[in-house]
Amino acid sequence: MGKWTRRAFISAGVLTSGVVVFGIAIRPGNRADRVKDLIASDDESVFNVWLKISPDNTVTAIVPHADMGQGVHTTLAMMLAEELDADWDQVAVLEAPAHKEYANYALAKGYAVGDVEFPSWLVDTVDGFFLTVMKAMNMQITGGSTSIPTTGQAGMRVAGAATRAMLLEAAAKAWNVPVEELTAAKSRISHAGSGRSGAYAEFAPAAAELSLPVNPVLKNPDQFTILGTDVLRNDVPTKVDGTAQFGIDARLPGMKYATVKASPVFGATVKSFDANAIRGMPGVRRVADLGDAVAVVADGYWQAKQALDSLPIEFTETEHDAVEQSDIFRQFEADMDAATANGDEITDMAVGDAAAALAEADSVVEAEYRVPYLSHAPMEPMNCTAWLHDGICELWTGTQNPLGFAAEVANVLEMDIKNVRLHNGYLGGGFGRRAFPDYTIQAARIASEVNFPVQLIWSREEDMRHDHYRQASISRFKAALDSTGKPTAWINQYVEKHDPKEAPYIPYGIGNQYIHYAESATHVPWGFWRSVDHSLHAFFTESFIDELAFTAGQDAWRYRHDLLNHSPRFQKVLDTAAELSGWDTALPENFGRGIAIHQSFGSIVAQVVEVEISEGRAIPRRAFCAVDAGYAMHPDGMRAQMESGIIYGLTAALYSDISIRRGAVAQSNFHDYPMLRMDESPEIETAIIDSGEKIGGAGEPGTPAIAPALVNAIFNATGKRIRELPVRLHDLTDEDIESRDIV
Amino acid sequence: MIILTINGKTYQLDVDPGTPLLWVIREQLGLTGTKFGCGIAQCGACTVHLDGTPIRSCVTPAQVADGKFIRTIEGIATPEGTLHAVQQAWIDEQVPQCGYCQSGQVMAAVALLESNATPSDADIDAAMSGNVCRCGTYPRIRRGIKRAAAALGNDDSGETVNG
Repeated sequence: MGKWTRRAFISAGVLTSGVVVFGIAIRPGNRADRVKDLIASDDESVFNVWLKISPDNTVTAIVPHADMGQGVHTTLAMMLAEELDADWDQVAVLEAPAHKEYANYALAKGYAVGDVEFPSWLVDTVDGFFLTVMKAMNMQITGGSTSIPTTGQAGMRVAGAATRAMLLEAAAKAWNVPVEELTAAKSRISHAGSGRSGAYAEFAPAAAELSLPVNPVLKNPDQFTILGTDVLRNDVPTKVDGTAQFGIDARLPGMKYATVKASPVFGATVKSFDANAIRGMPGVRRVADLGDAVAVVADGYWQAKQALDSLPIEFTETEHDAVEQSDIFRQFEADMDAATANGDEITDMAVGDAAAALAEADSVVEAEYRVPYLSHAPMEPMNCTAWLHDGICELWTGTQNPLGFAAEVANVLEMDIKNVRLHNGYLGGGFGRRAFPDYTIQAARIASEVNFPVQLIWSREEDMRHDHYRQASISRFKAALDSTGKPTAWINQYVEKHDPKEAPYIPYGIGNQYIHYAESATHVPWGFWRSVDHSLHAFFTESFIDELAFTAGQDAWRYRHDLLNHSPRFQKVLDTAAELSGWDTALPENFGRGIAIHQSFGSIVAQVVEVEISEGRAIPRRAFCAVDAGYAMHPDGMRAQMESGIIYGLTAALYSDISIRRGAVAQSNFHDYPMLRMDESPEIETAIIDSGEKIGGAGEPGTPAIAPALVNAIFNATGKRIRELPVRLHDLTDEDIESRDIV
Repeated sequence: MIILTINGKTYQLDVDPGTPLLWVIREQLGLTGTKFGCGIAQCGACTVHLDGTPIRSCVTPAQVADGKFIRTIEGIATPEGTLHAVQQAWIDEQVPQCGYCQSGQVMAAVALLESNATPSDADIDAAMSGNVCRCGTYPRIRRGIKRAAAALGNDDSGETVNG
């Protein structure tokens, strides 16, 4: 373990079973000083990078994550305040500045080495390695549903507990009493013997001079007074009166507006444009060539947009100019076939001998599924305000990765990163899109050509056509069933693997499994989309297990239940959702019920959908959800995230389809990339299971299982098995979907 | 020259009369609570009231509002700062997530309750389906509208059962 240093930077923390901290890896040196001037005014004491205490006894939690609607500022502050025994009414939240001290290595570590248990963080060399890597990569990311499991558990709670111990120690010295005789509650320390009592702020300056305690003890859930309660989120009041400041709301003196048009075909560059065509149009200030896009700067967005629409632009030809969506699916099929023929299948996991089990099977079931590309389509189109002045570049935007964005801009403008200052606003939706800095780089480049602040706003059309898309994919299955209908082999091949690695894994006890994939690159840019690869694989695997249950002539819930006998935790989540839904009760005519379960980002979620088939359309009327994320820090926030994940996932399953036409994205706005709306939004009921297992995420795990639960419900209602999303491609009044591929 | 009365204040503005009202409100007047979402009246983020009627300001030319009364999210609370019942219900039900669409949602909900004090679920569907929320806050918006209706003195509406 590293040497404990006064006011040192806590780089990681570990706990098990909620009781004892095994240790906190401390970086040598006095790093807190380097961030002190960023977060503290003169009369505040900085304990570490996660909190400060003001003279009025306000505790400010410094949160190194962006809030894009998931309420993470509130939940992280709760975690810190709980261990600190702070008065929740005197807790404030501040988002950390884009600074290297906040570089977040947990997320990349998860992707780099898989789902490693936290106790491995004890190994200082591993921590040190990843911290170094992540600092080098300049990442300070909100994503991967990691904020609570990593920053919260290892950072905020440990920091709160450590700081509480330091305050108690300082009070013991000041009053000359044993520290054991002191109690702390509501941001005050009391000594029963002498009747003395004092606010945290009284002891903060002295405490800041103390060494950090070695083993701060964390509370058990039964000691919680803040965690596990439904406190009101701190961001909500500003989001009902119009005062919340999103990136697009930045207003600077003399600011002008810009909008861009990039090459419709990914990879093409600007060949020529005729700026004379828009010279003299009202308000137009400048036309900027950004290499792969052209920007118009004007006095207002509307003027810039009108001028850009009138600007003749020619883009270079590329080898992808003729690509159609059907070509991409044909390429996937060919690459999958070739991988099998050539024996260069890439193995995800193999247990037992699936091929042998298949050969001996009583029956074999086969099916192939497809999913389209998806756009994130957050409500706030991409935008960034940039201003180069006095040797610095200031940026105002909404980003899931402020430090990474600042580094990218520094690189493009050939500036030192310390001269790039990024002000992060609220994000009008992220879902993974705002982890990619393209729009920020564009804004900085435009601003570098003028001497005033510029707000770049993408049109909705630009936003939809220049996203980083969830991949399209094909997944093929073969399963062997024994004479009782139980699967004895599971073989799965798919294309386009990204992250996380375990996304195609199944929880079921099937002795012979072979899961593998083929690579098949396309020219369509890929990006993290809410739940990433889980968003497609849950649809694939939970549709196919449903087909196996049907072939076996068994109930969809109980078939899964029996295959989960090795995992009571999974069974409990599954059974909770089924029972919540009244699984065995009769449904009205034209209704169907479907179930699915999937684990992602450390949380297990099971969902049941009740769908009504009306005039050939599927309308989800009710959804039931059970979630086990270990422990729900903020139960109402957990429910909100499940509701959000369900509606985001239902929107994609029912409607969303980004397709490629002549090399470019065919869709452009909400009329041809439709959204689920109020009249189709189901009632949602969520049951939270606090199992006490390792803490999992909440932002993403609500999404994966809802698509298969929906199509399984449609099958239950109609006997039609949908194997290609979105659902709206299929006319449910016709017999166009047959139960195919069942051998 | 266009004359707009917004949240009780009157402005004389020198703007191209074809400019959508949204950009006049956001850029000329600096009222940034009203949001840009799609530009084609498909998402409702830009919803404001024109003479009491909810409109999509992203496709409404400024000249259409000439001489008329406009209300934005900034004009919903009382001048003393007391929140509108819809705003308070949004806090009580913890409706917003990212919050970007919520100005438009609140404006649509306020307009609904001003024309229909006891909206049914079907009324809520009809009035609110023009407003997209990517965070999926629809179930809470529905509850928020019922709570606000009850708070405004129509207690029976809070008991409406969905479906």
